[in-house]
Amino acid sequence: MHKEAAIREPLILGHKTYHQITEDVCKPIEDKAPKMWYILFGIALVIGLYGVGSIMYLLGTGIGVWGLNKTIGWAWDITNFVWWVGIGHAGTLISAVLLLFRQKWRMAINRSAEAMTIFAVFMAGTFPLIHMGRLWVGYWTLPLPNQFGSLWVNFNSPLLWDVFAISTYLSVSLVFWYIGLIPDFATIRDRAKKPVAKKMYSILSFGWSGRAKHWNRFELVSLVLAGLATPLVFSVHSIVSFDFATSVIPGWHTTIFPPYFVAGAVFSGFAMVQTLLLVMRKAMNLEAYIHTKHVEYMNIVIMVTGSIVGTAYITELFISWYSGVEYESYAFINRFSGPYWWAYWSMMTCNVISPQLMWFKKLRRSLLFTFIISIVVNIGMWFERYVIIVTSLHRDYLPAAWSMHYPSHIDIGVYVGTIGLFFVFFLLFARYFPVLALNEVKTILKSSGESYKNAPDHH
Amino acid sequence: MAEHVIYAMYDDDDVLKDGAKKLVGKGVHINEVFSPFPIHGIDPIIGVKNTRLGIMAFLYGLTGLMLATIGMRFFMVVDWPMNIGGKPNFTYLDNILAFIPISFEFTVLCAAHGMAITYLLRNKTIPGMPAQNPDPRTTDDRFVMEIRLSENAKFTADELEGMIRETGIVELDQKEVK
Repeated sequence: MHKEAAIREPLILGHKTYHQITEDVCKPIEDKAPKMWYILFGIALVIGLYGVGSIMYLLGTGIGVWGLNKTIGWAWDITNFVWWVGIGHAGTLISAVLLLFRQKWRMAINRSAEAMTIFAVFMAGTFPLIHMGRLWVGYWTLPLPNQFGSLWVNFNSPLLWDVFAISTYLSVSLVFWYIGLIPDFATIRDRAKKPVAKKMYSILSFGWSGRAKHWNRFELVSLVLAGLATPLVFSVHSIVSFDFATSVIPGWHTTIFPPYFVAGAVFSGFAMVQTLLLVMRKAMNLEAYIHTKHVEYMNIVIMVTGSIVGTAYITELFISWYSGVEYESYAFINRFSGPYWWAYWSMMTCNVISPQLMWFKKLRRSLLFTFIISIVVNIGMWFERYVIIVTSLHRDYLPAAWSMHYPSHIDIGVYVGTIGLFFVFFLLFARYFPVLALNEVKTILKSSGESYKNAPDHH
Repeated sequence: MAEHVIYAMYDDDDVLKDGAKKLVGKGVHINEVFSPFPIHGIDPIIGVKNTRLGIMAFLYGLTGLMLATIGMRFFMVVDWPMNIGGKPNFTYLDNILAFIPISFEFTVLCAAHGMAITYLLRNKTIPGMPAQNPDPRTTDDRFVMEIRLSENAKFTADELEGMIRETGIVELDQKEVK
């Protein structure tokens, strides 16, 4: 059996047994939902439906209802897209990269982080689809034979790379998530008493029986999927950054973008995981599994990626001056001192200063502080994309074309709506799905559980 | 022909593993082990061979890479070469840098999905399949060893039962299955 140093903090607190783990995770699914769940679900649904309404109006009228103009042709739509894709990076990173590094603390958080990833990528995918204005021709982005005209899609274009990257990322994450879910659905199935629930979970669990051979395959499939998903995570946000980096707009045309975007994505993704998990662990009584140590580990990731992002901001600024390119220098001087200075400095404060506070052990182990910072970081990361996109565009080469961007109520409605829909999905997940990889957690009970660690005679 | 099957239930994975080691040492053939989570180290004891799904994943990935290469060469070089800003586009090699992202994505797409589908089919875990674990508790905190009489011809049912009882079981169940 794998031994762990005694000085390491246990990952599972309290005196848990295998059965207790099953109970703790399945209870919230089997019990009636608390009143608070219905209230939150109701609020999220109303906001989500407002977003759906805004999208319907947009599709019926055309994308002229957004606050775009001829200088600023990209604004909230792509800002929101990149923001959501970024958030969607934590889940697969947690389950894939941390699996490869054998980080056991991932087991408590990977399931819900992956769910968050999938829902966030759904929300991200909405924006490129609706920005076509004609949603129903979305499939034209696929390489289809020529009866639609004589051209193929352009494989030299980063926008097409994006189509492939995002759809691969979404579908592979979904498969990775679901393969892990099957054994846990089987646990719920075998406990279910109500016939409808039994039937539903029996379909969802695909007839899983837990044979030794199946577990053997399960472990290999998880490992190989993790190996495939790891470069995938890095490639997806690199490709998203190519949307900008391969263009010639000052402020976008930089080679630093791929690593800088990936770090930013992990940074915001972990922040969103913190926001969700800090509430979920409390609401679902999972404090024994997701405790201060897990929060601290995630805060360290936030601190590291936040520092990478901060370094990238400063490098970018320095290079714009050092390059001696007039356009490039102006783009950056304008960013921090032009009409959008407030967006730039919000970004700087939220993303560069706030993660540095995590150096203090007291702060990074404080749950309330973490919760506040996690929201601050996500606000900051939204501003980062807004700054990159809008401030680079609003000063065109000809001063006569200089402009400002003002979001319309549809811009705001669609964005807020995706947040509502995201929470609708996440609340449904928390209600009907095992939010913890309960069978995986059982494998670390003996090596990292408090009751076993503190009893050296037991093996 | 009906077959006599013995299900030995344990409440701890390590006890089952030790028990399996002892039984196999005595020449008992263990047909199957059902557990709520993977028991590390059980496979060599009961003679489960390592899966070859990894090789399949590699082959699926290779297929994906090949399809992407053939596809992009056809679309962008053979069928309709596009001259974008006068950049070289007359051979695949001239243009290869632009094709790397999609080649990579498509490789991953095919490898991941190919392997996942093969995995589900090989396990016969498909929507609508009935559960086959002998006891519903094996997905919670019980570990079951399945021993078939027909595969252990040198022992009688009573001898087998006696040996199994010494391994620290919590329950013993016998069934006639077809």
